[in-house]
Amino acid sequence: MPRRDDIESVLIIGAGPIIIGQACEFDYSGSQACKALREEGYKVILVNSNPATIMTDPELADRTYIEPVNPDIVAKVIERERPDAILPTLGGQTGLNTALALHDMGVLEKYGVEMIGANDAVIRKAEDRELFRKAMDNIGAKTPPSGIAYTMDEALEQMHRIGLPLVIRPSFTMGGTGGGIVYNQQEFEKIAASGLELSMNSEILIEKSIAGWKEFELEVMRDRKDNVVIVCSIENLDPMGVHTGDSITVAPQQTLTDREYQEMRDEAIAIIREIGVETGGSNIQFAVNPETGDRIVIEMNPRVSRSSALASKATGFPIAKMAAKLAVGYSLDEIANDITKQTPACFEPTIDYVVVKVPRFAFEKFPVADPTLGTQMKSVGETMAIGRTFREALQKAMRGLETGLPGLGLGRKDPWLPKAPKRARPTLKELRRHLATPLDDRLPTIRQALKAGMSVEDVYAITRVDRWFLAHIAMILADEERMAAFGSFEDVPASDLAAFKQNGFSDLQIANVFGTEETRVRRRRQELGIVPVFKRIDTCAAEFESFTPYLYSTYEQTTEVEDTGNKKIMVLGGGPNRIGQGIEFDYCCVQACLRLREQGFEIIMVNSNPETVSTDFDTSDQLFFEPVTLEDVLHIWGSQAIEGAIVQFGGQTPLNIAQGLKNAGVTILGTSPDAIDMVEDRERFKELLERLDIPQPVNGIATNADEADKIAMRIGYPLVVRPSYVLGGRAMEIVYDRTGLMKYIENAVDASPERPILLDQFLENAHEVDVDAVYDGELCVIGGIMEHVEQAGIHSGDSICTLPPYSLSDEVQDVIREYTRRLAVEVGVVGLMNIQYAVQNGKVFVLEVNPRASRTVPFVSKAIGTSLAGVASRVMAGQKLVDIGFTKEIIPPHYSVKAPVFPFNKFPGSDIILGPEMKSTGEVMGIDEDLGCAVAKACMACERTLPLSGTIFISVCDRDKQAVIPVARAFHELGFRLMATPGTRKALTQAGMPADIVFPRGEGRPNATDVIANEQVQLVINTPSAEAATLEDEKAIRTAAYLRKIPTITTVFGAAIIASAIESVRERGIHVRSMQEFHGAGAATSAGT
Amino acid sequence: MSAPKPCLLVFEDGEVHRGTHFGHDGESLGEVVFNTAMSGYQEVLTDPSYKGQIVLMTYPHIGNTGINPEDVESDGCSLHGFVIKELSPTVSNQRATQDLSSYLDEQGIVGLQGVDTRALVRKVREAGELRAIVSSVDTDPDSLLAKVKAWPGLGGLDLVKDVTRQQAETWTEGLDGPFLPVLGQGDFGDSRPKLAVLDYGIKRNMLRGLYADGFDVTVFPGHTTAAEIQEVAPDCLFLSNGPGDPGAVAYAIETIKTLVHTGLPTFGICLGHQLTAHALGGRTIKMKYGHHGANQPVIDLTTERTEITSQNHSYMVDGDSLDDGMVEITHVNLNDRTVEGMRHKDLPLFTVQYHPEAAPGPRDAFYLFRRFREMVGQHT
Repeated sequence: MPRRDDIESVLIIGAGPIIIGQACEFDYSGSQACKALREEGYKVILVNSNPATIMTDPELADRTYIEPVNPDIVAKVIERERPDAILPTLGGQTGLNTALALHDMGVLEKYGVEMIGANDAVIRKAEDRELFRKAMDNIGAKTPPSGIAYTMDEALEQMHRIGLPLVIRPSFTMGGTGGGIVYNQQEFEKIAASGLELSMNSEILIEKSIAGWKEFELEVMRDRKDNVVIVCSIENLDPMGVHTGDSITVAPQQTLTDREYQEMRDEAIAIIREIGVETGGSNIQFAVNPETGDRIVIEMNPRVSRSSALASKATGFPIAKMAAKLAVGYSLDEIANDITKQTPACFEPTIDYVVVKVPRFAFEKFPVADPTLGTQMKSVGETMAIGRTFREALQKAMRGLETGLPGLGLGRKDPWLPKAPKRARPTLKELRRHLATPLDDRLPTIRQALKAGMSVEDVYAITRVDRWFLAHIAMILADEERMAAFGSFEDVPASDLAAFKQNGFSDLQIANVFGTEETRVRRRRQELGIVPVFKRIDTCAAEFESFTPYLYSTYEQTTEVEDTGNKKIMVLGGGPNRIGQGIEFDYCCVQACLRLREQGFEIIMVNSNPETVSTDFDTSDQLFFEPVTLEDVLHIWGSQAIEGAIVQFGGQTPLNIAQGLKNAGVTILGTSPDAIDMVEDRERFKELLERLDIPQPVNGIATNADEADKIAMRIGYPLVVRPSYVLGGRAMEIVYDRTGLMKYIENAVDASPERPILLDQFLENAHEVDVDAVYDGELCVIGGIMEHVEQAGIHSGDSICTLPPYSLSDEVQDVIREYTRRLAVEVGVVGLMNIQYAVQNGKVFVLEVNPRASRTVPFVSKAIGTSLAGVASRVMAGQKLVDIGFTKEIIPPHYSVKAPVFPFNKFPGSDIILGPEMKSTGEVMGIDEDLGCAVAKACMACERTLPLSGTIFISVCDRDKQAVIPVARAFHELGFRLMATPGTRKALTQAGMPADIVFPRGEGRPNATDVIANEQVQLVINTPSAEAATLEDEKAIRTAAYLRKIPTITTVFGAAIIASAIESVRERGIHVRSMQEFHGAGAATSAGT
Repeated sequence: MSAPKPCLLVFEDGEVHRGTHFGHDGESLGEVVFNTAMSGYQEVLTDPSYKGQIVLMTYPHIGNTGINPEDVESDGCSLHGFVIKELSPTVSNQRATQDLSSYLDEQGIVGLQGVDTRALVRKVREAGELRAIVSSVDTDPDSLLAKVKAWPGLGGLDLVKDVTRQQAETWTEGLDGPFLPVLGQGDFGDSRPKLAVLDYGIKRNMLRGLYADGFDVTVFPGHTTAAEIQEVAPDCLFLSNGPGDPGAVAYAIETIKTLVHTGLPTFGICLGHQLTAHALGGRTIKMKYGHHGANQPVIDLTTERTEITSQNHSYMVDGDSLDDGMVEITHVNLNDRTVEGMRHKDLPLFTVQYHPEAAPGPRDAFYLFRRFREMVGQHT
């Protein structure tokens, strides 16, 4: 069946900001879909509020709306663009839910928009638990005994009927939000209540727990001719009970016989047909009882997912791209396999390697959050590794995780190293207890348990991790023992060394066993000729020739790298997403790939994050799916002649290895590692600023508590304290007094053991400013000046900011421009730099200089309509800004507002107060000619829609009591009712404004949290005082507001902006406009291409 | 841990691959083929069509689920060697009763592990199904190469006689399991048509499928003559899979030629398909490296639906050799457009090159047994 000619334009709904459970895999799928549909000649209209995505680059769609992904807004886009069809299956749960809402609102019918891929009936049948269960009954597929509840009474009734333990799953939530396994009634009531609240339709499914069963996933595709193929099977190392997003997963499945696998396959095909997914991909999850082989269907996602991104990367079969083509009428047999070119996509990939995915957690950012893994997803990212054996892939994945482990074990501080003191090792008893609960460190714990003498059977009995996986882990440990038995590294025979490398051991692991240096291991290994080869991922186990160099390393005989002889540039990616390093850096890497390919370079991409666009084999000329570590990158460097490596775009990951790469002979393009050190080393940085006559906050460096105390007395409190070399404000805090400082020093030792602690004067009441700029050695061009709405002290990644600035005077902006230029010249930047400033009473201070791509680069690029990363990559390749045509700062005539989104709802109990440690997982952008409307859109996009009327609660600290008056008046005049705590209320009434009284906590009722909990207020203004005493109160207020999605503003100038935003929206309404219109046709890429 | 015993694979071109040994301690000659199925090594091992071949599995971890008594496709192993990347350190499956290495030892099959199987696949892809030897008892490459060179290979050999049963027998085992492939649920009444199966090296799942689809199944040795078959007056005929060069099994071609022209409804699979082509005046040719795997896409030209099929063949029917006035090509492989199925325009006869009985592999094409049953229903 050829392409459909009855539709001409297709609307794609993106997934919005990065949150836990919905990350950059939807940028990958969305970008693929956009490209695939445009290739076919369709007009593509895109809505996505996330500026850090590749899909929102104006070149990917005909109409790109960076607008909130919310049914009302998307309805406006539909009204304006009149698409013929809507493709809802590529934007994650957000895309599905939004499309469903548009259908229910009658918008689709009104404008004659057809849902393609999956329609409303299909989505409901797959997503509604009860309908799904009935559908499974129809085809004879087993589901766990279960029941539905809409109220707590119904829930309890089901609990008694089915019997504990139970799993509670709320309908229509992502990442299993609000669900969990419960073993007693108390737990049951708690989780059922939160599930009922979080479900879009107040519905929870209560089902028998099958924790401990083996868990499998199949990625299934179907076309309009009813051809169905299974793209990939995945087996979870963590059995049922741990959310699949938090599980270590392995492809293909390992422990089913063919007969068992084919039964599962047939069942999956029956399911996709019964649910009625007409075209596209679906993910179906199964549980298998390891004793009896009984199989149960867990769930089905009628859309592309995190697992389908993983499956695409694991097999080389691009599911999202195929799904888009199938949705517009093609059948699988009509589409070519991208990798073999000669064979069709209508087949099932077969792989001749093992793929392991390991999740990355961020509990260090949320110290009070419970790190127990369950049915609610908690990981913030993942890494994938490929090896010829499970052991090799697992060790690569563990080092690719970048949590400091050089593999499964044998880190520098591993208590099981031969020379480590035995007393540092946990006891068998401790390990047993530790194993009983699945935590984020389950795999290292399993290793320790086996090291400590537990048998595979023992570990299996406690964890239910399949014996097959455990047996392989035991093989790795046997190698560790064998290694330790050699007296010194030089005693290890070549054949043994080769065997260790085949089992995935890194040079660093081997070095640690012998207490030697990684470089020594590398040198001897190279002398012995023990170097990896690279094999291709080709969908067919080498049955056919592959034309796409998508490679991984292994230790075998023949290599499949083909050196083309072209000029090649290597781009290093950022590895797994984490808080502080995510999609923004992938955006930069992808831009570098695209722009430099246009310039005739061959691009070698190195990354280990399966969710990303950078690891799409279409993005680069050669894709190496490898951990971004020194050893692995050097292997790739040695595989062929490469001109240079770009380390500026992948965040801290490549920067951390830049010096090592340089020392090993790698040509680093752009800013030199020494220049990077000049600004990251506080002493050198201080000298630099003094030389340039640029002020910075008073600061000092302490290596112990005494020194810190003295410096603190000199500078005065409050202070910003942090370890050196950080990204995402890791372990950074504001301390208000000596007690706080001492507590910090005590706890911070672990954060960066060899680095001293930095103390900076905290500039109160300052406006923080971010600047991104490009320098080519001759010309420095400002990309954008962003003014933060939050007060200084909140991490820039967590701040709301505007471009252009909303309040900075021209003089201040000129000072900032001048400082930026001076710094660029003096540091010797080649490419991008990011500078953070604070402006206090008109005086500009430099806080931080980062001579690399920053988190704000994609936002700035979208705001000004020019890809800064694209420009910078060309500069790094030796071109001049004059030749590129980017010579002048672009000050757009519209406002762009960036706002962060937070994962607090996944970490109950965590502190919602923002500070210098970054906590957001993603961001949105609001763009409008009117600042107020841009702010309102940004708020709406992160689900903090501003109220147009209602009650506002105000509680400000003493120094803001006068400043808040005009803001309060603005709200009063807009018709808002005011509520205030006694002190603030006094100031308001004195100024002639009526306000209801609300008591501070502990001083009477109703108090602030009462009125918020009762949703009597629609907006909160709460400026924190610098006193530790009131912090708890403020925390309670913000937590209550956050949970109810009530917008909360923490600065007076922020509040003023919100007031004007509300006024703007009331006067002008919200209007949508595409990026192509904002930047004029083609303008957006003119400088970048 | 005692050091594993070395094992060598030596190709006719002199290329030597060293690994370690498992299974039977010994040596055997064969032509090297690779199989790309990720699961189902047990079914592969017990498929008689691999007679004379050294089978290389492309998936690196083999033996994970051990061996169980239910998933065998014949009485034992017929292949001439088993080459893998790595033998599983453990057996993890609730149905397993034995590990792979001890099973192969019992079956007399030499196993080789620890070689770069992907490099071997690429070699076979380029050079074709070469003669080779696998040995754990002789580790002298020169001596092994001499043995390979002295062996003429499989071309022109009748391998059917080595794997077919010697006595006719009735078959009464069907299929079970929760998710069965599409079976004959049509209303065929109580009467089971009398089916004569010619065993050229048959896989049991074909028999299970035929029985489950309502046939009264009797299996005959591959060398049974047309007259002998006619003596039992069957209602229909089934031609099984089997090993080797179809052109070398002249007696089977003769039998088929006689029987199909009596108008006996006939269904053939794999070697049965190739022999039928010969019986209808066509030709078969040896492929460079054949189709051995579980992911081969085949389009049914009559419905335009694609099925993912299990395949195992080194020879194929030359489509150009068929008289298109008499024979219609019904199925084509989407990867290389080779003939995968045909139908006689006048006689009740159809055949497929691939394996609808799966085992291992997808069961998408199981409907063909029902199609056969329906055809028989119309003609009896």
